[in-house]
Amino acid sequence: MSQADLTMEGHSTGLTVGPAFSIPTKKLAMWLFIIADTMTFAACLVAYGFLRNGTPNWPRPFHGITNVALMTFVLLTSSLTMLNGLRSARAGDKAGAFRWTMITAAAGIAFALLHVREWLGLIDEGMTLFKNPWGTGLFGASFFSITGLHLTHVTAGVIALIVVGVRYKGGRYNADDIEILGLYWHFVDVVWMFVVPLVYLLNLAH
Amino acid sequence: MTTTTANEHKSNGIGKDLGVYLCLLALAGLQFVIAYQNIDASQMFWRMLTVACVEAALAALFFMHLWTEKRSFLWFVAIFAVGVLLGMQYGWTDAFRMLVGAPFSK
Repeated sequence: MSQADLTMEGHSTGLTVGPAFSIPTKKLAMWLFIIADTMTFAACLVAYGFLRNGTPNWPRPFHGITNVALMTFVLLTSSLTMLNGLRSARAGDKAGAFRWTMITAAAGIAFALLHVREWLGLIDEGMTLFKNPWGTGLFGASFFSITGLHLTHVTAGVIALIVVGVRYKGGRYNADDIEILGLYWHFVDVVWMFVVPLVYLLNLAH
Repeated sequence: MTTTTANEHKSNGIGKDLGVYLCLLALAGLQFVIAYQNIDASQMFWRMLTVACVEAALAALFFMHLWTEKRSFLWFVAIFAVGVLLGMQYGWTDAFRMLVGAPFSK
């Protein structure tokens, strides 16, 4: 046995140690990203709460809940379609998994379009990053920052859904990749569950 | 070891996912109902936050399959996330101080 063989053997012995928590490495990496991203969103929402609580003339510009309710419904439903995609992938139904993944991407696009429509409506009413007709200018900065960060995540998720879906169909990715992408997509959904009450519902004009 | 929970995923029918989805829809609807209740902003905030936490827990446990992972991993995620979230609450005292315009020492 050569020195090289001994070295390789040594390395392989080291690599046989199981991954942390007995979770596949890619999946653990996604969970760590999700935990880190949770901190990002939590910091934004806590900073938003800090500003809202400390500013007496905080605007309440939202007159209806139709749009935000529709956005919530679309995003929650997209989580269910993502689960259907994973179930199909686990069952070896490639066509089904691809179809459900693309339906999830379409729901993400619908959510993004509804979001943009809402933004344009607020901009039409005179809201910018630094001023608005209703009260403190801080509202625009915090609203666009938080919802913009979430919209960025949705957009990235849609792109990832399309890429992973196509590569899964082509045989380059497997069901594990669909599952890992699903974790990200559900996380985007979880974040929205906090954005809706804190940013929208607490600022309804009564 | 491609996945530790593959068998659990296969055995899970659509029924449980659909049930959790309907619960999440109902809870989201509850948040909208709370928004139109005639209560002060503080009560509204706490009620909505409680509902949002329940929603997030349901989604993490069942949609993200945290429930079927190793218990040690579940505890790792829970303790780490909750610890960080709690740690971020230090700023509230200062926010209230700004609101009432009182020095921090008072």
